[in-house]
Amino acid sequence: MSADAGTGALMANVLVAVLGGAIRVGTPFLMVSLGECITEKSGRINLGLEGVLVFSAMAGFGGAYLSGSPWIGVLAAGLSGALLALLHGIVCSLPRVNDIATGIALMLLGSGLAFYLGKPLIQPQAPQIPSLPLGEWSDSAQVRAALQINVLFPIGVLLALLCTWAFRSTRFGLVLRMAGDSSDAARALGYSVNGIRIAATTLGGFIAGLGGASLSLYYPGSWNEGLSSGQGLIAVALVIFARWSPLRCLGAALLFGGAGALGPALQSVGISQGYYLFNAVPYVLTLLILVWTCSPRRSLKGAPMELGVSR
Amino acid sequence: MKLSARSIEAIESFGLPLAALAGALLLFGVFVWFGGKSPLEAWALLFKGAFGDWFSWQNSLQRAAPLMLTALCVAIPARAGLIVIGGEGALVLGGLACAGLPYLLALPANAFGTALLLLAAAAAGAAWIALVGVLRQWRGVNETISSLLLAYTAIALFKHIVEGPMRDPASLNKPSTRPLAEGLRIVGMFDSDVHWGLVYGVVACIALGVWLFFTTQGFATRVVGGNARAARLVGLPSTRIIVVACAIGGACAGLAGGIEVAAVHTNANASLIAGLGYAGILVAFVARQNPWLVMPVAVLFGGFGAAGSLLQRRLGVPDASVLVLQGFAFLLILASDALRGRLFVPAARDAVAHPVLATSLTPKEAT
Repeated sequence: MSADAGTGALMANVLVAVLGGAIRVGTPFLMVSLGECITEKSGRINLGLEGVLVFSAMAGFGGAYLSGSPWIGVLAAGLSGALLALLHGIVCSLPRVNDIATGIALMLLGSGLAFYLGKPLIQPQAPQIPSLPLGEWSDSAQVRAALQINVLFPIGVLLALLCTWAFRSTRFGLVLRMAGDSSDAARALGYSVNGIRIAATTLGGFIAGLGGASLSLYYPGSWNEGLSSGQGLIAVALVIFARWSPLRCLGAALLFGGAGALGPALQSVGISQGYYLFNAVPYVLTLLILVWTCSPRRSLKGAPMELGVSR
Repeated sequence: MKLSARSIEAIESFGLPLAALAGALLLFGVFVWFGGKSPLEAWALLFKGAFGDWFSWQNSLQRAAPLMLTALCVAIPARAGLIVIGGEGALVLGGLACAGLPYLLALPANAFGTALLLLAAAAAGAAWIALVGVLRQWRGVNETISSLLLAYTAIALFKHIVEGPMRDPASLNKPSTRPLAEGLRIVGMFDSDVHWGLVYGVVACIALGVWLFFTTQGFATRVVGGNARAARLVGLPSTRIIVVACAIGGACAGLAGGIEVAAVHTNANASLIAGLGYAGILVAFVARQNPWLVMPVAVLFGGFGAAGSLLQRRLGVPDASVLVLQGFAFLLILASDALRGRLFVPAARDAVAHPVLATSLTPKEAT
């Protein structure tokens, strides 16, 4: 009986750790996928969000370290992310410029700038974003630890709800979707398609920057050059996985976060076999879903019609 | 000034990237100047570290070899109309196949054994990127996304196998596979540090350029990439052509991984995952997906990479300064494309009929 109970408790521990990890690891995923979602809804892909994420993580850490307030850091992260994304938006608005190639250029530039300017920030400690202790009702230390929630997570959930509402029932949201679905229609109504796309890309960069702040100011909570493990690129896949719906982005981010937390959780109870394979689960999952849902005869359901990827 | 349409095209396709590169160097100088360092010294060191003497030339050429091959992994599929950005995955799997073949077979420790190793590397890379083409043609999965996902999967697979089943028990601090036998390694050419991998890269670039521009198959590939509907109308087997183009590109990236293992690392370990695949994307776009232009561009960017450590040592700037320079260069070269066809009097321009490109994913025709 003791062996059974032992395994049961072990599995429960793993489960709680994965749930907690889903939120902890998933918050940057949520932010960066919301940013990408807004950008793609307007008809452009920003692969450069990887660079935005790394650069804003550095800027957020630097801002918090120099000012002593984590919130100034969060703001600095968002603004620096918006600035870099603005560059993407402007360059892509030039004729005959490919948005995917520009994204890769931005990825190089963003990480280069971040590593360059962030060199002096590798040692120090910056004030961290506070956490919400949602697990106080429980007397289990594990549950309490798992439910220490990053304040940025509820903000992300609110943003996802806000985006859903804005896409459906605000003028800005509708115009943005129109630029993404039919640039001709937007032009016919007298809107500047490039202007809308630049605005959407910049806004997306701001939100992705909040994800960067979550990386450097909450979890892992320090600045170093290996901080982002490709979350910015995965966000592109994640948005496809979520079929361009902000609410489904929330679910997808939690799923990807949970899958990312599975490896370390199993490692903590002594199962270190296949650590890297567990980390690859989200990629394989996304690919399988794409293979399953795509068809050569029609574009993906829910995809903005002007988007290169959906044609 | 009255110029023929052809010479205008030639001036633009060489002049614009060069001007953009000069602009990137200028921006880089301003950036360094903001950090309180002398831009003149930075430029001088950049040149010295890249092409200043024989030692730096060796370093630059050594770095250029894998870049040429990973750039071909972008350029060849791009000619067939696909933007593949997952060369990194084919590269690490190629490296893994190269290091793994001696586990399966007892190889003769001579040039024949090395050839088998490189063949295994190329085959692994070809299969990986061909899968991207198959998924795109069979299920309509976007190749940019799928190649990226497959690259991450390949890296995870690589780490799992190198730290698990194929780990050399003697590698304590840095998990790696068993080193290749002395006779299987690729050595330097004529007693220099530049290894024979550079020759493979150059040969691949020249041969694929000839294939692309002078053979029927290469022409068919360019038709499929230039206008998919026209290709269907004349009855070209688009699916086969696209999958073959992907396989060729993948074989090049896999070969790059094999060469890195056989010539530089001597075993497969995490140092192989150094972003060479992503740098290859940069090289391919700067070379406008032209295999011949890939060679000089790869040498140039290899040189920038080589100069990084000198800049760090002598000027005290972080080694990421090279990344900043590459980012500026890539961004400006892409942006400079917008000026194409606008620099000269419009009367002369009418002579050239530019094809109207339907999608943003279609690569631009360079010739």
